[in-house]
Amino acid sequence: MADATMTEPRRAALPRVNTRAVVMGLYLLFLLLPIYWLVNMSLKTNAEILGGFSLWPRDLTLANYATILTDASWYMGYVNSLIYVVLNTVISVTVALPAAYAFSRYRFMGDKHLFFWLLTNRMAPPAVFALPFFQLYSSVGLFDTHIAVALAHCLFNVPLAVWILEGFMRGVPKEIDETAYIDGYSFPRFFVKIFMPLIASGIGVAAFFCFMFSWVELLLSRTLTSVDAKPIAATMTRTVSASGLDWGVLAAAGVLTIVPGALVIYFVRNYIAKGFALGRV
Amino acid sequence: MDKTTNHKAWFLVLPVLALVAFSAVIPLMTVVNYSVQDTFGNNQFFWAGLEWFREMLESERMWNALGRQLVFSATILAIEVPLGIFVALNMPKRGIWASVCLVLMSLPLLIPWNVVGTIWQIFGRVDIGLLGYTLDKLGIDYNYTQDAVDAWITVIVMDVWHWTSLVALLAYAGLQSIPDAYYQAAKIDQASRWKVFRYIELPKMAGVLMIAVLLRFMDSFMIYTEPFVVTGGGPGNATTFLSIDLVKMALGQFDLGPAAAFSIMYFLVILLISWVFYTVMTNLDKKGG
Amino acid sequence: MARITLDKLAHSYLPAPKSDDDWALKEMNHVWEDGAAYALLGPSGCGKSTLLNIISGLLAPSQGRILFDDADVTHAPTTERNIAQVFQFPVVYDTMTVRDNLAFPLRNRGRDPAYIAERVQAIARMIGMEDQLDRKARGLTADAKQKISLGRGMVRRDVNAILFDEPLTVIDPHMKWELRTQLKSLHRDFGHTMIYVTHDQTEALTFADKVVVMYDGRVVQIGTPEELFETPAHTFVGYFIGSPGMNVLPAQVDGTRAYIEGAEVPLAHGYGALSGKVEIGVRPEFARLTAGDGLPVKIRRIEDVGRHKIVRAEFFSHEINIIAREEDHIGADRTRVIFDPARVNVYADDWLVQGEAA
Repeated sequence: MADATMTEPRRAALPRVNTRAVVMGLYLLFLLLPIYWLVNMSLKTNAEILGGFSLWPRDLTLANYATILTDASWYMGYVNSLIYVVLNTVISVTVALPAAYAFSRYRFMGDKHLFFWLLTNRMAPPAVFALPFFQLYSSVGLFDTHIAVALAHCLFNVPLAVWILEGFMRGVPKEIDETAYIDGYSFPRFFVKIFMPLIASGIGVAAFFCFMFSWVELLLSRTLTSVDAKPIAATMTRTVSASGLDWGVLAAAGVLTIVPGALVIYFVRNYIAKGFALGRV
Repeated sequence: MDKTTNHKAWFLVLPVLALVAFSAVIPLMTVVNYSVQDTFGNNQFFWAGLEWFREMLESERMWNALGRQLVFSATILAIEVPLGIFVALNMPKRGIWASVCLVLMSLPLLIPWNVVGTIWQIFGRVDIGLLGYTLDKLGIDYNYTQDAVDAWITVIVMDVWHWTSLVALLAYAGLQSIPDAYYQAAKIDQASRWKVFRYIELPKMAGVLMIAVLLRFMDSFMIYTEPFVVTGGGPGNATTFLSIDLVKMALGQFDLGPAAAFSIMYFLVILLISWVFYTVMTNLDKKGG
Repeated sequence: MARITLDKLAHSYLPAPKSDDDWALKEMNHVWEDGAAYALLGPSGCGKSTLLNIISGLLAPSQGRILFDDADVTHAPTTERNIAQVFQFPVVYDTMTVRDNLAFPLRNRGRDPAYIAERVQAIARMIGMEDQLDRKARGLTADAKQKISLGRGMVRRDVNAILFDEPLTVIDPHMKWELRTQLKSLHRDFGHTMIYVTHDQTEALTFADKVVVMYDGRVVQIGTPEELFETPAHTFVGYFIGSPGMNVLPAQVDGTRAYIEGAEVPLAHGYGALSGKVEIGVRPEFARLTAGDGLPVKIRRIEDVGRHKIVRAEFFSHEINIIAREEDHIGADRTRVIFDPARVNVYADDWLVQGEAA
């Protein structure tokens, strides 16, 4: 009932809130300390990093960030990564939508096997595919392009998107489809005008996961690119070996890779809990 | 939900099929092709039959990598699942703090995997890392580049740091779906905290926990980037997991035949274990409704 | 089992309530008798769930006390109140068998296994689930699950009260009747104090000895179904109970006569001078169409509901409902309505006014 907001009796709740806060405090500290350390280092000069141990930057500098944001070989890495991640997200969700609809609504020849086979691709180790991908995309002239990485990441993102969307679509009553057909909607018009708004949160969640897994992947994106589409993650690994130990710049580059993810999380923060249940709770 | 039989639904699946065929089937055929051939370079190939498979099955190197892989996956599952549940139980249920926890906990999940490696590589260093430095000052002998045990601990703590939040968020979503009436009923029945967990919370989380275990198993079994950045598979081969070994073999030594045979067996092992999970999961789904 | 006393009880969800509207529950003083069956009846948002949550210990009231017999339990947690509750949606422990579900509250209290087995058997017989004791609770129908949660409450012999929060919401219509009958006979046999929250008048009237009608955070009347029907203490009770509800018409009252739009209506009692908004209320059951004298009305519609006919008529702009017997022929000449004077109630500012003997 709407007129009864549940609140716990105060006396019983107080001691528990404290242990909860302590547990969460410790866990978040565990999560944030390594990230803090990276941020801390990114704001120090190399001399300070190597010269002595300090919990916070004594000699605060933004020079490391300036290096990255003014050097095209650095910042183009971010641009490249963002291009193929967005491409991949759009492709994955677009092709997954009709397929998920088919799986959630119809029984057809081989549907169960097909669904499981799709999921197996999510289980395929990228390491297995690295070399064949390299050869495949080289032979069709797509090597070192954004679309190559985007397509390669479809390997694990399309099955995931189908799976997530299917879960959300199952929650939409079939009567809605039938009513729309009776009202004279064609399938494409029904799908775009009526059905997609209904599963908007599911599309958001699928897009979020596609973005996430494409953004964090390194092995395939590094294998399939050399210069023009080189992702930031690969730029970072090169710098470690080439320029030796430019820790400050490395840390700053790392911090900057966290930023897009943090922004995405901030925008979807209210849907995270529901989203992680993938429509299956 | 009752589904209607409609074979035309295949047309809706076609785009996915075409895409996945291009990005999975063709490469997989290449792998199969390599696995049964031998080459002396110059693009000349000879039929080798199942020779590579036999060789790989007899190779101690692969069995060692598989053993390390199994120990690693089992360890992180044994830590991350209970810890994730524990964290989820302690998360605030609503309000601003719930949002704060959700955002902060999701953070590690969206960090590129090599950056995760970099973070821990730095964090554990005795000279410039907070963790390494502190341990060193406390008089604990810690060096993940020299000592195999230290390397293992570092890689495992890193994985726990990276992925426990995923388990926690899934479990949290399961907990959020429990109506308040259940907790009220438990109070009336004078159920202990343990019984509330055992008979109310755990059954409601079972579905999402299976997803969590499945995802964590698959991803930990394929782990490559993070330990590679931190330890490079060392010291020695101490942290050389299956993917690291495979990449060494295929891209490092260009032993295409054995690497391909290795790949196929690797894939099959994952499929087999995941299939078992999947079956159990769908059965649970049917029972739970 | 216990007597429940609400002493100057009031509740607001706001930290500092000012106006009357800020109170979800306005101050009330009531004593509910030991062993009686009460129904809390009212529309959504009338405060009945708030009151139930205060009794069960989920909410601490903003002011006043609540007593079980002579013990003040205002701030006691749910666990210490020794109550049972059946919720809107069935709450059972899915992974346990029916037997374990029923035994759960006793086991948690560390009772002797032999005693538990005996009680579980007795309760299973009472709720008619003896043959399903070893089934898992998961997969049972909603009504079976509700029976289990009821059984879980009754398994403790000493519960102070059993609370029901709209327990039949998710039950199939044909099972509702059966469950309600069962509940009624359980109450007769074991005499627990029962409090049953609902917005369905049929449920309330058939279940309870006393119906507590709530409206806008207030208890407007506590009475037997008969009292609620014959002498609604508030126009809301008249309107909310009965189908269709009581006709309420604005009137001037002078002694033993009332005037509606100038037309005279005789009353069985005499009334002194009344202030505020004055209305008369008469149930459709006590209104009759005639060809003779009475209020001239326009008949808009006649609904035949099987047992009787409902005549929807209009007098000036006021709607008047009349219940006519099934066999009555309503001819074109029946254009006037008369009320049974003994059944006409008079209200001032919505509250019933007691008349003096005429």
